[in-house]
Amino acid sequence: MQLPDAEELVQRLIEQIRPQITPHTALVGIHTGGAWLAERLQHALGIETPLGTIDVSFHRDDFGERGLSSRPKRTQIPFEAEDSHIILVDDVLYTGRTVRAALNELFDYGRPARVELAVLVDRGGRELPIAARYCGHTLEVEPPASETLELGRDETGVLSLKITHA
Amino acid sequence: MHNPQLDSNGGLRHLLTLDGLPREILTEILDIATPFTEVAERDVKKLPVLRGKSIFNLFFENSTRTRTTFEIAAKRLSADVVNLNVSTSSASKGESLLDTVDNLCAMQADMFVVRHAASGAPFLIAQHLFAHGRKDIHVINAGDGRHAHPTQGLLDMYTIRHFKGDFTNLSVAIVGDVLHSRVARSQIAALKTLGVPDLRVIGPKTLLPATLEQYAGLRVFHNMDEGLRGVDVVMMLRLQNERMNGALLPTPQEFYKSWGLTSERLALANSDAIVMHPGPMNRGVEIDSAVADGSQAVILNQVTFGIAVRMAVMAMLAA
Repeated sequence: MQLPDAEELVQRLIEQIRPQITPHTALVGIHTGGAWLAERLQHALGIETPLGTIDVSFHRDDFGERGLSSRPKRTQIPFEAEDSHIILVDDVLYTGRTVRAALNELFDYGRPARVELAVLVDRGGRELPIAARYCGHTLEVEPPASETLELGRDETGVLSLKITHA
Repeated sequence: MHNPQLDSNGGLRHLLTLDGLPREILTEILDIATPFTEVAERDVKKLPVLRGKSIFNLFFENSTRTRTTFEIAAKRLSADVVNLNVSTSSASKGESLLDTVDNLCAMQADMFVVRHAASGAPFLIAQHLFAHGRKDIHVINAGDGRHAHPTQGLLDMYTIRHFKGDFTNLSVAIVGDVLHSRVARSQIAALKTLGVPDLRVIGPKTLLPATLEQYAGLRVFHNMDEGLRGVDVVMMLRLQNERMNGALLPTPQEFYKSWGLTSERLALANSDAIVMHPGPMNRGVEIDSAVADGSQAVILNQVTFGIAVRMAVMAMLAA
């Protein structure tokens, strides 16, 4: 399958989000791909609220089966979550379970005024009623479940999409 | 050799002792504990990892602090916790340890946290569960006799790593009543596994086990001033009056004179050395108040880290 250029999608996302920024806007990236993307958006959009990151390992609904396969990273919300405008950032939107877990984690820090979702790619296959407000690209054909679509980052910081087979 | 702590994939099934536990698993526990330390800073200090699980704190021997930190750890992971102070219940009516366990299994227990005066009691429970095909029930040793106290050893390792970073260039001294101390046994096992090059044990001959020599690279000191010179970490042990029968030492005052950690003695260690104690402290017996409350003491940090480390162990067992 022909995958879109990630860098181009980043630019598209920036243009979509820019008009909606307020002084209370904060970005929160979901580890790991979403955190890279959020870093880029934060810089390009000149957002002053410090960047947050979330690791959802402990909030996954399939924790029992997946376990702690990868080393959990830190969740850091370095701003007042109460009454803030938060844009949750992830690389790929798929089943929606990661976003559900991130929302739960986020609300343990306070009650935001509004939470929106920005993703680079929507690959379809949703299992929960979740949609992205900002989306760089929607795949027309849903890839089979055996394929994992994820974001990569090279040494120079350039982002790219890749598919791995289970 | 079959290690009853590990499942067939080399994952952690029970935590019974740090002796023989691979370095990768030790390090993994410490790594997983790191994000858990931050849960305490949230409005809602809870993660859903153990939601719907029942954890039984089986304490055949009293320990308020250990039981409380296990309870907090389990509750921060959203488990349901049942505390059984067994010394005042069925056991006193004559029920055997394994009958108690069977009864709790019938109540859908998912995990046992066991403290027992007899060395090996948690092993016995783990074996019993294995023999009955209950691979889904986990056992954590919260201290058994003189044998092991693995979560204390782990939180001590977490504390050292937090303040010192790396284990492979450290001088560490364990001081006091090693003979009666399951804490010391767990500490020595973990420090060796993590690669501490200079490990010292300091204490009177009557309170050091004769088997210490089996640990290669471990040095024994019967003079505190000599032993403390140049160390990075001082791990004090509690003088265990309640476990002592017979005349192993004269009086607490006399013990303090030779083996108590005072500011003068601590000055022999490196200037940035940290002082640890597993608690509860006997002030004026093994440690002077000026040191216990001083800037080099990290004793209360140990307690806080203990919660995160116990959360990590429980999360790994449940995974």
